[in-house]
Order: sequence, then C-alpha cells, then structure tokens
Amino acid sequence: MSGENWRQERKTLLATLGPPLFWLTLFFLVPLAVVWAYSFGRNVGLTEIEISGTFANYAQAIQPLYLGIFFKSMLMAAACTVICLIAGFPVALAITFAPDKAKAWLLLAVMLPFWTNLLIRTYALIAVLRNEGYINLTLGWVWKQVGLVLNVPPFVPLEMLHNNPAVLFGLVYVHLPFMVLPLYAALDRLDRSLIEASLDLGAGHFRTMMLVVVPLALPGILSGVLITFIPALGAYLTPDLLGGPDSQMIANVIERQFKRANDWPFGAALSFLLLYLTFVMVAVQALIQRRRGAR
Amino acid sequence: MSSKPPIISIEGVTKRFGDHAAVDDVSLTINEGEFFALLGPSGCGKTTLLRMLAGFETPTEGTIRIDGKDTDGVPPNRRPVNMVFQSYAVFPHMSVADNVAYGLKIDGVAKAERDRRVEEALALVQLEGFGGRMPDQMSGGQRQRVALARALAKRPRVLLLDEPLSALDAKLREAMRFELASLQHKVGITFVMVTHDQDEALALATRCAVMERGRLIQLATPSDLYEFPNSRFVADFIGTVNMVEGTLKTDNPTEAIIATKELGDVYIDHAVLGNEGATLYLALRPEKISLFRRDGVVPPKLEDCPEGYNVVAGVIDHIAYLGSESVFKVILTNGRQMLVIRPNLTRWDQEDFVEEQPVWLSWHACAPAVLAG
Ligand SMILES: Nc1ncnc2c1ncn2[C@@H]1O[C@H](COP(=O)(O)OP(=O)(O)OP(=O)(O)O)[C@@H](O)[C@H]1O
Ligand SMILES: [Mg+2]
Repeated sequence: MSGENWRQERKTLLATLGPPLFWLTLFFLVPLAVVWAYSFGRNVGLTEIEISGTFANYAQAIQPLYLGIFFKSMLMAAACTVICLIAGFPVALAITFAPDKAKAWLLLAVMLPFWTNLLIRTYALIAVLRNEGYINLTLGWVWKQVGLVLNVPPFVPLEMLHNNPAVLFGLVYVHLPFMVLPLYAALDRLDRSLIEASLDLGAGHFRTMMLVVVPLALPGILSGVLITFIPALGAYLTPDLLGGPDSQMIANVIERQFKRANDWPFGAALSFLLLYLTFVMVAVQALIQRRRGAR
Repeated sequence: MSSKPPIISIEGVTKRFGDHAAVDDVSLTINEGEFFALLGPSGCGKTTLLRMLAGFETPTEGTIRIDGKDTDGVPPNRRPVNMVFQSYAVFPHMSVADNVAYGLKIDGVAKAERDRRVEEALALVQLEGFGGRMPDQMSGGQRQRVALARALAKRPRVLLLDEPLSALDAKLREAMRFELASLQHKVGITFVMVTHDQDEALALATRCAVMERGRLIQLATPSDLYEFPNSRFVADFIGTVNMVEGTLKTDNPTEAIIATKELGDVYIDHAVLGNEGATLYLALRPEKISLFRRDGVVPPKLEDCPEGYNVVAGVIDHIAYLGSESVFKVILTNGRQMLVIRPNLTRWDQEDFVEEQPVWLSWHACAPAVLAG
C-alpha cells in the first residue's frame, strides 16, 4: 500500500518537476557551464576560444582596476540597499497595518512598477530628471514666478542625470519592491498580540519597534537585504543609462568584454567572480538563518 | 471596604464596530482586591470590554475610570493595568527571564532590583530556575505562567486576563485554577478575568458579570448567579436547569402557587410579587430535586419526603454515571423530560435505581427560582 503510494507519488513528482528541471538544465545550467569553461580559456582566433585551464583571466580580474570597480559596485549596491531598507520598512509597516481592503491595493501599487519593463521605467526616469525634464520644468516655472517680483538671475537647470546620485536614485527606484515585499511578508506574519503585549508592558511605539518588531522581523529584513543587494550589485541598465563616465558598475565592464573588447574568457571570469560573491552572501545568510533556527 | 472608591468604574460604555455594538451600554464598578470575572457566550463582547480597559480599543460612548482617573486618550503603555493575553504573547526571541524583565527594563528599574523582582515573579508562578530557557522550550502551561509572571512583575493595580486557561488541557486547567486563586490571594492585586467557562468563573470570582450580545445581564456573586438568576438567560447559561413555563395563580406575602402545564400547580413558599395570570418561568436545578421509588401508586408520605409539597410522577429513562454524581433523565407521565442529579454518597446505589424504574420527583417549595423573563 505505502509502496504503491510512494511509486505513484514519484510519478507525480517527476511529472511536475520534470519539465522545469529540463528547462533549467537546457537553458540555464548548460550555458552557465559553457561560460564557466570559457573563464578558464583564452582567445585563439577572432571567434575561437581554447579551454586551456588557465587562471590568467582570474588573475587579470583581480587587478586593482577591476577590484576597484567591484568595490565601487558593492558600495553602490550597499547604499541602494540601505536606502531601500530605510524607505521600505515604513512602507511595509504601513501596508501591514492598513485595513484589509486597502492592503491589496497598496501591494498592487508596490508591484505595479515591478511589472513594467525596466527600459521603459528607466527612460521615464530620464524624462523626469534630465535638464528639460519635469523637475527642471517645474523648478524653472517657479523660478520665473519668483522672478516676476524679485530680481533673480536666470534659471540654470539642475544637473540631475549622468552622475552617481542619478544611478543611486535609479537603483533605489528599481529595487524598492524587492525590499518591501519580503519585509511585508515578515511583518504580516508577526503575531499582533506581541506588539500589544509590549505596549501593555509600558513600551512606547518606538521601543516596541526596536525591541520586538525589528528582532522578530530580522529574517525578513535579512532576505530583503539580500534580495535587494544581489540584483543591485549586478545592475547593468541603470548605470548604463543614468550614469556618467565615472559611474560604471561591474556589469557594464562585463558587457564591454563580451561585446566591444570581444574578450569572452575575461568577461566570463568577471561574471563568475560576481557569481561566487553572490554564493558567499547566500551561504552566509543561510548560516545565520540556520543558527537562529537552531536556538 | 465600601468606603474605598472602586478601582475600575465603567459608565455607560458602548463600543461599535461599524453599526454592530460589540459592547452595549455597560455600566459596572470593580472594587480593589476583587477577583472579577466577565462571563458570557462567544462573541458577547467580553474581550472587547477587557481591551477597552487595557487601552487597545476606545469606547464609542461612555467613560472608563481606572483608579478614579478618566482613561480617555491614555495609551496602553500609560495605564496602571497589565494584561495576560489569550495567546500568552510571550516574546519568542527573549529568554524567560528577559520576558519577565521586559516591563521593568522599560520602566528603568535598576539591574539589581530588576533581577530580584524577576526572581520573585518567577517564584510566584513556580518557575524558579527557568529564567534561562527560551519560550519554545516551555510547555503551554509554563508559557502561560511566564505571561502571568511578566505582567505581575510590573506590580500593576489591575491584572487583566483574557481566557488565561483556555489553551490548557482539563487537568492542568483545574490545577492552574487553584494556582490563580492562591496567587491573587498572595499578591492582592485586582484581577479581571474573561472566560466563557462558567465553572472557572464560579470557582475563582468574587463577583461575576454575565454578558449577552454586548449587554450586561447580571452582576452578582457566583452563588447568587447560580441560586438567584435574574433571567432565563442567566439560569440557562450558568449550570443546567429544568425550565418550566407557568402562570401565577395565587400570590400571598408568604406563599404563591404557579400553575404549569407540565408540573401541575407548583407551590412556592414566598411571595412572587407579580400580577395574577402573568406568565412566569420556574428554573429548577437538577440537584434540588429528590428521587423516590414509586413502586405503589401512593405518593411518598410527607415524613418520608421532607422537602414535601411538590411531587410529580415519572419514569427513569436514562442514568449517566459521572463518578461523583449521577444524572437521571426522567420522563414525566405527560412526556416532559426532567434532569435530576444525585451525589453518589455511597459506593453503590442504596436505592437501586435502574432505567425504567417508576419514581416520584420532589422538591422543596423554595427550590425553584421564579423568573419574569
Ligand atoms: N476589531 C473588530 N472589528 C469588527 N468587529 C469586531 C472586532 N472585534 C470584535 N468584533 C466583534 O465584536 C463582537 C464581540 O467580540 P469579542 O471578541 O469581544 O467577543 P468575546 O465575548 O470575547 O467572544 P469569545 O468568547 O469568542 O472570545 C463579535 O461579534 C466580534 O465579531
Ligand atoms: Mg474573547
């Protein structure tokens, strides 16, 4: 009976897991393995790559120039993550405590930009930030009104595009939903009576937040941080379109190796360095989670 | 005692959620040192009333005074009351000792004093030595005691308890019941407890408020609730009862007769103070009825049946043996079913009652509570 059951279950398991597994292997793992192999190879012709097992590409990748860009990317991603956390926490909190009817709409509002093409969103941001953009138009109009009564110098549009703050702004804009959703999931799961107990025992809202809500939401905060940091670290489009000459991030460098420089082995090595970094972060998070669970 | 002002006074309090009144014009006072129980069926507004005392809900109308002060606009963290939550709400990320110390830390109590009071509170609930444990290493009953210790450590004026024992199994609940009572004795804090378990309320409370659909129906001592219910709802809700409808036939200062279809004329040895012909209800508790064998046709002689006067004939339909007592389902000759409870005073039934046995039912003239509605 139980053997029969098991066999049946295995069939269902195979039927449901099979196609996605096949898909994953064919279109993700195999190409990944190819690129991984490239990272140990060298260019022999214009299109030919010899997998020679060399570490030269990795050696090149950890030269100060590239390490600097790695470091810069991490700084950018970290700043984006911190801003997302600070901005996202109150948002997640507000959604958690909103009336049930409003909740779905608020979540939709958070998700909506998420479902819009990244390119379109980025161009929309450009339309807002550029010299003739909506912010500058508004400021210019206000300036003109002020000029009617006061004697002011002519309006100079603010340079808000093609610099590092623009990239950071774009990264935060793109990655905020990544932070809000796990935070919301963690906060929503929180037992309300714990918050009430804290208030009842004399703590105000701030101390309740710091002593009860944040510690209990920590797993959610951790996964929110990771889920935001990793894609922000690998951001390509945002620094490409919003950044200036000094705001390139590691993904832009990688892209250059594959396209303009036509140095696939080096690009592969850079890519895998980024991937290893991600693995380490995920492993650390799993370890922390495990330790909390074991306690 | 009566010279002291009440610790809690609830004046005309109504709480509406939308257009549904969860608590409907409730007024009552609770005295210092009382063990006060809020009793009622599910959804009658007990928790809502308790949460208004704690400050988690604000009354739509009316005033709540705690220790003489109007609580309007006073947040939960500034009220001299503490709550034991139904789900315990023990902080899962803190050790037992840290849980108990939480409120004291917030109040800025110095470490040495704090440690002493944590120890004291844990000892009070018999959890000495458990301070280092995490809540998920504790049983349900132990966690409940942590919640109790945590609230008591703050030495509140009033302790609010929302169904504190409902999550425990029957045995533990009974044990904790006694512990709660002795604890309240020891600390002398006013307890306000919500429960839908009437046994719990009767066993613990000095006074009980019975609620129904948001309204306060009766406020009395447990024995008064049981023996002198003011309505059919209370008589029915507290314990079991045989309810019989009748009309007032005669009403004198010293006696009354109520005519019923099911029990015939019922003699009452006190005045009812109603209009003759008015519809009344007799609430007759099962343990206040005596059973006699009815082997002949003559009713028992008055001296055999000291409770006298009210006698009806029936046949035992079913006997439920419950250990300390037995519940008899008796069918009267007119088909009406009556419940009778007899304590099992001896190890086997001296009267040898069996199912199908014809019996006389008899009760004292002051046994039934006479209710107007
Ligand atoms: N926040 C709320 N919003 C809307 N209705 C509520 C809310 N809280 C309680 N109610 C309603 O008020 C009524 C009383 O609820 P309450 O929780 O006080 O009942 P209770 O007597 O504690 O019942 P139980 O024994 O089941 O705990 C119920 O009908 C409930 O649906
Ligand atoms: Mg309740």
